[in-house]
Amino acid sequence: MSDSHAAEHHEHPPVPYFIVFGTLVVFTGITIGASFIDLKSKAANVSLAFAIAGFKASLVMFYFMHLKYEKRPIVAIALAPFALVMVLVAALMPDIAYGQYHNDDKLTTTPAVKEHHEAK
Amino acid sequence: MSDSHAHSWEHDVCEPAMEGTGLGKLAMWLFLCSEVMFFAGLLGAYMTLRIGHPENFEASQKLLHDSVGFAAFNTALLISSSLTMALAVLAGQKKETAKQRLLLLVTSAMGLLFLILKSYEYSLKIKHGLLPNHDLFFAFYWTLTAIHGVHILAGIIPMLGLWYYAGKKDVSAETEMVGLYWHFVDLVWIFLFPLLYLI
Repeated sequence: MSDSHAAEHHEHPPVPYFIVFGTLVVFTGITIGASFIDLKSKAANVSLAFAIAGFKASLVMFYFMHLKYEKRPIVAIALAPFALVMVLVAALMPDIAYGQYHNDDKLTTTPAVKEHHEAK
Repeated sequence: MSDSHAHSWEHDVCEPAMEGTGLGKLAMWLFLCSEVMFFAGLLGAYMTLRIGHPENFEASQKLLHDSVGFAAFNTALLISSSLTMALAVLAGQKKETAKQRLLLLVTSAMGLLFLILKSYEYSLKIKHGLLPNHDLFFAFYWTLTAIHGVHILAGIIPMLGLWYYAGKKDVSAETEMVGLYWHFVDLVWIFLFPLLYLI
């Protein structure tokens, strides 16, 4: 059928799948452990969680998804959405996080639940 | 462009900068880009709304404490299934068809186990009345995890199809494409797990 197999799977060195897998498992443990560490600010906790998740994500993308071995245009295509995601979230922050919905109980909870939480 | 052999979809993209890249692989990456934006909409909404209402969200999140163990196991399960999928792709490229088919089955089984565990977790939530209308946090929890679950199911079905066809013809290119999709689904969970359960 296809006589240019070499074309569809261009040569690259063997991928260290098992080492990457081991690292991912270790960092999943670190993810859970890090959630117990109480850094002073919530922002620091969240940043740490994102840093760990981001590291795991890049391992999956570059080794399992072969981005390390792909041509530049493919890598650019693959990474572009993450930049857009950050723009999207950052753009919505002032309105949603700090704007008129800030601490709006009506939006986020129901009276029964709120009483239940406050009773504790 | 040469007409010496037919350019079927899995062969070279003609653009010189992308020589050696299959059209199918390029198409799958473009689709995954749109999927990243799709989940970004949901996760972004969760993050921005949560920052605006920290106490309410955190109070509700405490109710998820019992499920952290399940979710942690599911995380390890998905990462393992990514490994078996990557090995299946490799086996396909090396023409080790039996190994490819076995690994595809194992990956599918792991995905199925993920869904079974998730369903059990859902049943516990329902028993405790933690439905999507409980509050905004649980609306997000149910929506995010259910949509992710649908994506898992949508990955298992082609995998089983590949298992079937791998015995009849060369599906190494298709396996690689489905592999990319499967790794992406794992990626989403890598972010979902800490965002929903841990922090």
